Order: sequence, then structure tokens, then C-alpha cells
Amino acid sequence: MYPAQFDYRRAGSVDEALSLLQENEDAKLMAGGHSLIPMMKLRLAQPPVVIDIGRLDELKGISEANGSVRVGSLTTHADIAASDVLAAHCPVLAEAAGHIGDAQVRNRGTIGGNIAHADPGSDIPPVLVLLGASVHLQSPSGTRSVAAGDFFQDLLMTDVGEDEILTHVEAPALGAGTGAAYLKFEHPASGYAVVGAAAAVTVQGGRCTGAGLVVGGVSATPTTVDVSSLVGTDLSDDAIAAAASGLDAEDPIGDIFASGDYRVHVGKVYGKRALAAARDRA
Amino acid sequence: MARVLGTSIKRREDPALITGRGKYTDDLKAEGMAHAAIVRSPYAHARIRGIDTSGAEALPGVLAVLTARDVAAAGIPGVVPVGWLLPDLKTPAHPMIAADTVRHVGDAVAVVVAEDRYLARDAADRVAVDYEPLDAVADVVAALEDGAPAVHEEAPGNVAFDWEIGEREPVDTAFASAAHTVELDLRNNRLIPHAIEPRAVLASFDSSTGEMTIHMTSQNPHVHRLLMTLASLGMPEHKVRIVAPEVGGGFGSKIHHYADEAIVGLCSMKLDRPVKWTATRTETNLTDAHGRDHSTRCALALDADGRITGLRVDTAAAMGAYLSTFAPAVPTYLYGTLMSGQYDIPAIHCHVTGVFTHTAPVDAYRGAGRPEATYVVERLMHLAGEATGLGPVEVRRRNFVSPDAFPYQTQVALAYDSGNYGPAMDRALEMIGYDDLRSQQASRRDNGGKQIGIGFSSYIEACGLAPSAVVGSLGAQAGQWESADVRVHPTASVTVYTGSSSHGQGHETTFSQIVADKLGIDPEAVEVIHGDTDLVQFGMGTYGSRSAAVGGSAIVKSVEKIIEKGKKIAAHLLEASAEDLEYEDGSFRVAGSPDRALALGDVALQAYLAHNYPDDLEPGLSATSFYDPANFTYPFGTHVCVVEVDTETGSIDLLRYAAVDDVGNVINPMIVDGQLHGGLAQGIGQALWENAVYDESGQLVSGSLMDYAVPKIHNLIPFELDRTTTPCPHNPLGVKGVGEAGAIASPAAVVNAVVDALAPYGISHIDMPLTPEKVWRAVNA
Repeated sequence: MYPAQFDYRRAGSVDEALSLLQENEDAKLMAGGHSLIPMMKLRLAQPPVVIDIGRLDELKGISEANGSVRVGSLTTHADIAASDVLAAHCPVLAEAAGHIGDAQVRNRGTIGGNIAHADPGSDIPPVLVLLGASVHLQSPSGTRSVAAGDFFQDLLMTDVGEDEILTHVEAPALGAGTGAAYLKFEHPASGYAVVGAAAAVTVQGGRCTGAGLVVGGVSATPTTVDVSSLVGTDLSDDAIAAAASGLDAEDPIGDIFASGDYRVHVGKVYGKRALAAARDRA
Repeated sequence: MARVLGTSIKRREDPALITGRGKYTDDLKAEGMAHAAIVRSPYAHARIRGIDTSGAEALPGVLAVLTARDVAAAGIPGVVPVGWLLPDLKTPAHPMIAADTVRHVGDAVAVVVAEDRYLARDAADRVAVDYEPLDAVADVVAALEDGAPAVHEEAPGNVAFDWEIGEREPVDTAFASAAHTVELDLRNNRLIPHAIEPRAVLASFDSSTGEMTIHMTSQNPHVHRLLMTLASLGMPEHKVRIVAPEVGGGFGSKIHHYADEAIVGLCSMKLDRPVKWTATRTETNLTDAHGRDHSTRCALALDADGRITGLRVDTAAAMGAYLSTFAPAVPTYLYGTLMSGQYDIPAIHCHVTGVFTHTAPVDAYRGAGRPEATYVVERLMHLAGEATGLGPVEVRRRNFVSPDAFPYQTQVALAYDSGNYGPAMDRALEMIGYDDLRSQQASRRDNGGKQIGIGFSSYIEACGLAPSAVVGSLGAQAGQWESADVRVHPTASVTVYTGSSSHGQGHETTFSQIVADKLGIDPEAVEVIHGDTDLVQFGMGTYGSRSAAVGGSAIVKSVEKIIEKGKKIAAHLLEASAEDLEYEDGSFRVAGSPDRALALGDVALQAYLAHNYPDDLEPGLSATSFYDPANFTYPFGTHVCVVEVDTETGSIDLLRYAAVDDVGNVINPMIVDGQLHGGLAQGIGQALWENAVYDESGQLVSGSLMDYAVPKIHNLIPFELDRTTTPCPHNPLGVKGVGEAGAIASPAAVVNAVVDALAPYGISHIDMPLTPEKVWRAVNA
């Protein structure tokens, strides 16, 4: 477990990090280091330069304003899981963060590092897609934002450009009458999600007025399930089961623990259970 | 003096370990130390056409690159031997470094030594090996098929040995007239031991003296020294010192002599410098001897009353690419001999084929043969309960060896010295609330949804390895005693030198309790030294749940000699006859004259200040003993597991786990409970999660902890433990051993519970590990 030789640079500001990125070809940004360092130890990643952005306080923190929550990219999973702001305005994100790894991993790992790594078994991506969150990026030429649904492009591939830093994510706060839930089917070895189902429903006057379901782990990127059939229903168990069974994946992921077919099946079961939990919280 | 045997005094080992002051092999540094990295085959089977080391040698800081050519040039034996033999065993050579053929992924082909370990690793990547890949076979059944790729020319059909125990004909007769028969094809999944501390070695050769000190992760330093000097390095045994510093778990994997440690020794000899190597986790997974990996067909015959009349077992047991130290003994002497379980079985036949495969070697891993045997017997008993309609409790009870039948001679060589199986099961049923659980199960079955199941495992094990007389008679050509040197110092404190070698078990605590109890002194006055061939007389080491029963008994034997010697000294000092002296509560007393007494301290002091002893009395107060047990010890018990199965996904939740074990007398209940907890975690791990998987080309696809699921604390539940006590009648402590019991009993209990939960689905068997997908597919088949 000895990485190849690399240079280490620590950035004192976002601007310095951006210029270090420009100066060093194939450099990698490191936040909590919980995805990058294991890859380097296995020599699956051999960046010549590691730029440590872990101490950039400007990228840390959780706030709420004008009906949306903002989470800095260097905010740790532990801080997200324990956040009062999120508990009040977007508890499903905190719920998902609490499922990541163990206490040590949650104390070091960050939301930005997590989604930039884009592991298909990560707990955060399906929740961000469900919420319709936006991912904010900064480069020497300015800032831009991209919808979470477009951000995750393929296995370990995202929309982050070579000269960009992920600064924060923003998600709409959950309104009154909306319940959401994240349920995880955990891999016994890695602790990643074999399947992670994120669901939200809005109920007004006993009738569903909006519903969403996004399932992680089944495909390279989060899979959105069309559950619009629930709108107008009373969210009966049968209606929920029928809606969740719409999960489809063309080329599901499989490994020695869980085949693709089985993942799709569990995705439907966990999708159903997540919708029911969301209904019970609405 | 209060009794110290049977009390949970805290482990004296823990303060250093908990505060991070324990020194493990990788913590050690030596002046001028260099670092080794081993170049390993990426192929399961290939011919080596050539090795170009020039790219590695060109890197500044690289000190040496050695291949098989250098082993040959060194004029040393250069092989890794098998330690235990069977009749007609094929023993193809296992070269320290592969010369022309590699036989598993991870086989060593070269070693690089450099000034630091990063550089060594960089250089290892630059050793260019030209391989001609050959067909490989990793699966134990496929390896026996016609035309399977041959692992060794010397072993046609990949058969390492063909072994049987018991008699075939009486079994055939029993099956021919049976009222009920049950049969099963099962796999016992391959496991990777996963000691938290990887294997490591620091070899320091000094050409000025010709001596080499090797610090290494060892469960048995003297055995390692013997094999290392005799078969690998060809050094005189007295010139090599092997030290096991703190060792972070072994579970068997650090019994064996591996190529890597010998390679590092050779590097140190070549360079005349200390050389260190610590396995990476990947190397650990590829090269530590694995456990289990059986394919078995087995069947049980019963009469109309549900009494067993015959048992038939046919097993193919993987050996891997080479025969590891203990390997042939595991699926034979420690497996076939256990097939009678707790039951009176009049006819048993067990046939085992040892099979070479293009994989890591397979050898002893916690339980070693006995978990596999228990799994066979207890899975069949579950099926017998169903087939006879008696259920799992009654079919077992009806077949238990009766308490008045001991000593009980089984049909498979072992003679059980003692036992009383009914009370352990009764207690387990009481703890678990059996009748209530059955009614809960019935209502779940009526209502659908998650199902619950109750599984039993009434196990026996043979531990205290190994009585020379018993295994010798089976052709083992080896038996195992243990040694103890106990020295009483002039101030009456005591140092014990034990041949067993603790690697986490707490010997320093428990052995001090034994001495303190026998001498009537404070345990704090006893120091325990182990794990150093220069300090300690030859010893066999720690494995097979032997340290208390065999090592502890050797200590008792020495203490008894010391008391006898002390009586002679006291008699001389008190001007009494030694026959009239008794030793009690730390004092030698003349029987019938309570005021004529000397404390141990007075006697010990005089033992060393002696100036007027009679001719037949030597000074000093110490004694060395070698204790060879008369028989194995036979711990037993009944474990009950309760599970909940989510039939929609196939996932399994543990609800309860109750274990009633009879390990004989208990020295330290806390340590015994801890051993059970660890064993249960590993046994439940085997049943539910752990699996070493090779693909068809012989690549280890579960080679990392991202794919190989070692149980973690949140996967488990609080265990409910209790004990019955049937002391071992043939050792002085009445102890039996507990290190492996949890791992032996629990796989069958868990699988029986899951199968019980799924009985309404017509499921009678699922192979371990019971992953959710397998369970779900069985439910939906």
C-alpha cells in the first residue's frame, strides 16, 4: 500500500488552488482524501501532484436562505448528518450522509470529494438528483452551476472540468407537506450502497401532489424512476409498489455480491419502501 | 490467598496495547535496515521464460534484486516444506522463489531490496518477467475432472492424497436397511484469515558472528526456526534466533512457514544488513494460507425411531498450489475423526481427496477441519429432524452419546474422554425461550412477511493439539507436547518460560493465574516469557486451542516439581522428613505441627544461598517440563441462532444467538467469553458474508476488503453465553480449550436457522455464504 511518488501542494485559497491546477498538469485536488488516497495506495491513481484544499474554510459550512440550502463542498459528512439547518429544511440529505462509511470516514470525508469521485455506490448522488440540487463550480474564467441530474455522467465521471473546483451544492428546502427518505441496502464488505433509494412525496388534502424516486447503485449514475402515476392518488401501498416497479436499468452494475438483475429487483423493493417512508413523513 | 483460578482478572497485556505502546514487527527498526518488496505472479499458472531485473537495479537506492537463480547460487535448500505427512502423500517441491513455473497469483518470482519501502515498491514494478500463461484451475471440483490443467507433474489428476477413515461396508449395510436417509451436497466456502496485523519479518544477519535474528509474526517461533533453517536457508539451528514480538492475531495463518519470510532471510544474508518486509493487505489476501474450501457429498441413515445407523462422507479438499505446513492434517486428522459429533453412530465412513489447485495454499484457520466436520454433521442432523418428523431438538437428544457411555470410542479413531451433552442443550433451549419462539414462527408463517428461523448446532471439537499417541497411530509422524520452564527467584517471584506463543490470547494473564493458584502467591508476582527461541526452550506454539490444556499443563507439571523440590529444601531447613511436608497457601508445613512452617520466600531464598546442603540436594528452585497429553480434549456445547429473513430481498438479520459451551474448568471467564465472541464473529462471518472467490482464470476477485466481507461490529448482535462444566479428566487443570469453539459451532447454527425460516418455501439447503441474492433466488426458484 505504498503510493507512487508525488508532489504535495497545499492551497491557501480557492484562487491559489485554481492557479495550482493550471500550473500542474494531471494534478488532483484532495479534500478529505478518503477516495483519492486509497486509489493512490493501490496505484490506480498516480497523480504527479496532489493539491490539498482541505483547509479552505471558505468552502465549508451549511446555510439556508430564500427556500434553499447551501452546503459548502468541504463540509464533512459528519457535519451534514448532524446539521440543525438540514434537520429543519432538508433532513433527507442529513439522513443519507449519516449512512456513509463509519464515524472516522464521516469525520474526514466531504460532500464535494464524495460527489466529485462519483462512486455509483455513494449515498449522496441519488439524494441530490432527487432534490433537484445544483452543483456549483469555479474556474479561472468564472463560476457556473449544473443540475445534479446532469452532473453525474458515468462511472466515476462528472461534469467537473480540469480547471474547475467544486465550491458548493444548493438544494431547495423541503416544503410543508413534503416527506422524504433515503434507504440503503449496504454492501457487507465496502459499506457502499448496493442500492440506495431516495424518495420524496408531497401530500395536500390527503392526495399526492408530487412524487420523486431516484435509485443509486443500480447503474453507473443515479437512476430516476418515473413515479408520476402517484400524483392524485392517496399513496396506497399498491400504488406505491406499482410506481416503484417502474425502475429500469439498461446495463445494471453487477459484482460477486449482487448481480445486475438482483440490484434492479432490490432497487424496486427499496424504492417502494423509501416511498412509503416518505409518505409516512409527509 | 483468595483463589485466582476462575476469576476474571484484567488482562495485563492490555495497557500497553491499548495505549499504542505494544511493539509489533513492523514497529521495529534496526541500524542500517533495508526494505524488501516481493515481485509476485499476476497469473495463476504460467511458465517463466525470463526475468529482466536491469530496470529495477538501475534505480538509485536499489540494493539487490534476487530471483530463483540467486537461491540456487546461494547453495541453500531453498524450499518451503510441508510439516505433517499422510501415507502416500504427494509432496512436490515448493521453491522459495519460483524458478520456471508459477502456480498461483501471488507466487513469488523475485525480490527487490532498497533503501526505503517506497523505492522497493517502485523497483518491483520495474522487474520485467516474461510469462507464458498456461491454463489454470482454481476450483476444487474442476481440478479433479479429466483433462484439468495439472498443478504438479508429480500429482496426476491433481490428487495430493486419498485418505479414508472408518469402514465402508457397515455404512453401506446401514443405508440399505435405513428407514430414513438424508443427503446433501455442500460447499464449505474458502476463507481468508485476515489477522489485523499483516505478516511481517525483520531479518538481521551478522556476518561477523554468522548469526541471524529474525523478528516475525509467528504463532510458533521454534517450529518456524526449525523449518526455516532445515529446509529453506540451510543455516545451523543454533545460529538463528526467532522472536515473535507483539503479534496482532493469527487464527492459524501465522503458524505456517511461508516463502516470504525465508526470502527476506536470504536477502539479509546476501546484503549483510537487516531487511524488513511487511505484507500489504493485498499480499496478505493473495499469500496467507486460506481456510476451508471443501466440496462434500454426505448422507445420514436413520432407523424408524430416528436413531442414526450410518454416516457417509466424501470430501474433496483444496490444498492450493503447494502443501502448506499443516495442510494435509486439516481435512484428515482434524476432520474425518470428528464425524461422530455428539452422537452415538455405529457406522461411519469418511473419504477425503486432497486436491491441488492454482490458488493460494489452504491450511489451518480457526477451527481447522472441525468447523467443516461440524457443518457436515449438524446440517445433516437438521435434515434428519425434518425427515423423521422429530424436529431438530429431539433427533439430537435421541442420538447423543449417553453420559454413562464415557469414555466413548467413536468409529473414527477418537475416544471421547468425557461429556454430558443433554444439559447444555437444555440450558440453551431455556435461554432462548424455545417454545415461545416456535409459536412466534408459526404466526409469522400464517401472516407472511419476514420469516423467522431457529437453528441448532450441537458441536464437539477435539483440541489440545495433539496427543502424539493418537495422531501418531494414524500415520501423522508428528505429535505435539508443550514445554514449560518455571523459575522461582530468591525473593519468591516467578518467571515462566512457556513454549506456547501468545498472539492475542492473554497467556501472560492466564498462565500467571495458574502459577499463582498452584503456589498460593499473587499473580502479579509471576512473569510469563514466550515467543523467543533464545530465551525459551523448544516449544510447539499456539494453535488448535492447545495453550491452556497442553501449555498450561506443562506449567503445572513444573510447579509440581518445584513444590517437591521445595519440600526437600524445607525438610532440610526444618530438620524434618520431606515425606512429612505439605505445601499449602504459600507455605511448606510439617504435617501435624502447624508452627513448623516456612514460607515459599524463605525456601526460595535458601535455595539460592545454599551452603550446607546434603549431597543429594541441589541448589536452585526451578523446573522444566515437557507435557504430552494422553488424549485430545473434547469441548462441546449447543448453540442456537435465531434469524429473520426478508423474503422480498433475501437479506438476513440476526435476532438472537445463544451459546452454551462446556470447555471444562475455566481459568479466566472474561478471556473465555472474549474467545467465544471472536470465534462466533468469524463463524457467523463464514455463514453470512466471507468468501474467497477465484474466477476461472485463477484471479482472486475478492482480493480486497472492498469485496471480502469481514464481520464488523455493527453486523453482529450481543451474544448470550452460558456454560456447563465437565472437567477434562486427563489433564491436571481439567481445562479443555476455547479458542476455536465459536468458529466451529456457529456456521451450522446460522445456516440451519435460515433453512428453518425458509422451510415453507421447500428450501433444504443454501451454500455459504448466505448472501441476500442467493437466498432471494432460492425463495424464488
